[in-house]
Amino acid sequence: MKKVFKIFGLFFSVIMVVGILAGCGSAPKAQLKVYNWGDYIDETVIEEFEKKYNIDVIYDTFATNEEMYVKVKGGGADYDVAFPSDYMIERMIKEGMLEKIDFSNVPNYKYIDERFKNLPYDPNNEYSVPYMWGTVGILYNKKMVDEPVDSWKILWDEKYKKQIFMLDSSRDSIGVALKMLGYSLNTRNIDELEQAKEALIRQKPLVLSYVGDEVKEAMISGQAALAVVWSGDAVYTKRENPDLDYVIPKEGSNLWVDAMVILKGTKNKKAAEQFINFMCEPEIAFRNTDYIGYSTPHTEAKKMLDPEILNDRTAYPPDEDLKNCEVFEALSDVIKEYDRVWTEVKAAR
Amino acid sequence: MVGRIVKRVYLYLIFLFLYAPIVMLVVYSFNESRSMGRWSGFTLKWYAELFKDTEVLRALYNTLAIAVLSAVIATIIGTAAAIGIHEMKRIKKAIVMNLTYLPVINPDIVTGVSLMLLFVFTKPFTGMGLGFFTMLLAHITFNIPYVILSVMPKLKQLDRHVYEAALDLGATPFYALRKVVIPQIMPGIVTGLLLAFTLSIDDFVISFFTTGSGVSNIAIYVYSMARRGVNPKINALSTIMFVTVLALLLIVNKRMNKDNSKVKESVR
Amino acid sequence: MRRTWYAYPYLVWMAIFIVVPLFLLLFYTFTATTEEGIRFTLQHIKRIWEPIYLIVLLRSILLALICTVVCLLIGYPVALILASKEYSQNKVLALLFVIPMWINFLVRTYAWMSLLGKNGLIDMVMDFLHLPPVQLLYTDHAVVLGMVYNFLPFMVLPIYSVLTKMDKSIIEAAEDLGADYITVLKRIIIPLSLPGVISGITMVFMPAVTTFIISRLLGGGQYILIGNLIEQQFIVVGDWNFGSAISFVLTVIILISMGIMRKYDREYEGGAIW
Repeated sequence: MKKVFKIFGLFFSVIMVVGILAGCGSAPKAQLKVYNWGDYIDETVIEEFEKKYNIDVIYDTFATNEEMYVKVKGGGADYDVAFPSDYMIERMIKEGMLEKIDFSNVPNYKYIDERFKNLPYDPNNEYSVPYMWGTVGILYNKKMVDEPVDSWKILWDEKYKKQIFMLDSSRDSIGVALKMLGYSLNTRNIDELEQAKEALIRQKPLVLSYVGDEVKEAMISGQAALAVVWSGDAVYTKRENPDLDYVIPKEGSNLWVDAMVILKGTKNKKAAEQFINFMCEPEIAFRNTDYIGYSTPHTEAKKMLDPEILNDRTAYPPDEDLKNCEVFEALSDVIKEYDRVWTEVKAAR
Repeated sequence: MVGRIVKRVYLYLIFLFLYAPIVMLVVYSFNESRSMGRWSGFTLKWYAELFKDTEVLRALYNTLAIAVLSAVIATIIGTAAAIGIHEMKRIKKAIVMNLTYLPVINPDIVTGVSLMLLFVFTKPFTGMGLGFFTMLLAHITFNIPYVILSVMPKLKQLDRHVYEAALDLGATPFYALRKVVIPQIMPGIVTGLLLAFTLSIDDFVISFFTTGSGVSNIAIYVYSMARRGVNPKINALSTIMFVTVLALLLIVNKRMNKDNSKVKESVR
Repeated sequence: MRRTWYAYPYLVWMAIFIVVPLFLLLFYTFTATTEEGIRFTLQHIKRIWEPIYLIVLLRSILLALICTVVCLLIGYPVALILASKEYSQNKVLALLFVIPMWINFLVRTYAWMSLLGKNGLIDMVMDFLHLPPVQLLYTDHAVVLGMVYNFLPFMVLPIYSVLTKMDKSIIEAAEDLGADYITVLKRIIIPLSLPGVISGITMVFMPAVTTFIISRLLGGGQYILIGNLIEQQFIVVGDWNFGSAISFVLTVIILISMGIMRKYDREYEGGAIW
């Protein structure tokens, strides 16, 4: 047992020494705190920014919009730039958590595709600059599904009992049910919600699992025939398993956008705007979309892409695919209803 | 003897159960494809990527530092606490123990958020934002109960009379503690240390809410990339950690066996 | 020679880091903020008594109980073996128990999914032995397996630490008096190891009630557990009052049941456990 102590004691001292040494001698440079999704940027881009503008970038990551929101709202960690998703941006604007961007400092905004401007969550383009976008749709295994897939209703087909993955998230799954029934996925109508609830409870015996991010691995290894996934993941899984294909159902779906925002109370607004502008430089935007593999809203970066990707309907769907797609709205007043519905669905036998 | 074989087989089965997934992820750290769904060839590229990634290496340093520091500090405070609590009267003991259970019962989100609020409220007084130190404080907080729970059984097992005999023979209370009590409760202390270290090294939720300023740990790093798919360089990292620890263990084991055989010889 | 003052550093720590957050929790549980201001209320606690939430609570407790019992049944023999003559010299073996837990939880669980899933390793082994494939992933069994996997060291280690350095002379005396191994086990070893067992049960059952990720990843997320519910309230819905209330009720239930359990054991052992 003594040896265990000796080892721990050794580690202890080493760590203290390293920690102290590392702490001293760091000259205060201009700093920028960035809060992004994990693995959602080409790391070399950050280094280049640091060198070009002589700013120290402190980079933190989060796993979900909601956790990011709680951290920022809590006030303990003061970030300057963040990368939330559409509905979260809407919520943060309503709650006064964002700064208006001075677009004279972000001239590269001109490269963003018009289609991603004036979206419902930021109708006057004052607070955000789009970063990545995508859709939600059905990923299916061509070897296990021998009919054409074009409607959400296939996820309610008895033929695929226990071969279906649904998302373990209230908004996403309730959204799918609403779309299947022909309603808006931002509905505030309790009656429509109840119908969605019934549909989901009806579907429950057919669902193999309510999944999160692990759906990618599961579909690649052939655990199920059908799954609800995001388009970015679809591109990745199709590459790993050529038996897979992706489709946006005809009833319409969700169009999502992740965008860059500046958090209220930032002491480095200029640096934040420089960062956002830098991310919109064609070369930089291209490197990001190339590394991440998701679709970019940047017109110039898009031109630099491999034609194979540009022609991939999954990554860059034509307008007709998107005509019934909606962006999520914040729904703070009815979110409790969605939660209650979801709890009832999950608790049902 | 049949008993001996049964014991062996049972133990092997348990270890097979414990290490099956570990072996899997070691194997997949050499997988060409990014996915664990299929094997597509042998490669070392994930290891190369691992060493190029400064963010993950920094997270690793933070993880180990906090794990060692919080485990050691929690063990010291917790062992002392257990000794003290053991002597308390019924009601006081009950209150303290029930409060001690709170970090164990509460879901991580509650502990994490409430500690975050505590740190944020005290920020004007301490001038300290969320970062390494607050994460360390949080880790110590959830580690101490486990140390107490590990040491208490040994204290109950302890024979009071040996301690009192030592005092009668002229030892100071502190000397008696050091030479009589501590050696007897040592297995409990080591257990507490190990469990605290284990809890700390893989904590996500509480760490996420009590850190900031670019201080991340491996758990936060991994969970944050879950949306994009866990990069196999994490498998590579896990493999390296695992192999290192095994190697250390083997060395320590060999040393201990050498010591034991030396003792056996001198006794003869 | 009251050594209670040894605990004072911890008591200070506890006051700051456990009691203060507790008051925060109580604040959210028992108050509601309206336009008029903050007022005392029991509405959040009342909400929990809706059948839908009670089902969730009961399910979580049941699952935790199963996990604890399985851990105990598997773990006690392991601790016995590790402490027995053949292996007691080998101090390193116990360490091997915790090491898998140092690997990231998500990575470990993904590895289990790979093992248990269709076309996974276990499927391939069954195929090799010409046995029919078994659906292991996304079942309740997988959830129990996953939970036992993560909690086993917390059961084994405290029991093991009590079994080593157990007073062998008592055992020898019993054997001299004619007791066979089973009797020795039942009448001497198990009662004497009870403090360790109680600690093990505490360290497994309590966190197991609020664990939910394993159920999501390995069990198919088919039902919602109390841990999910609480997290949802804090993170998605933003209803910290309800989240705190659920947590509060859960804590009270568990503390009371642990207290009752200990009362029974006090008779058995005859020494103060609390």
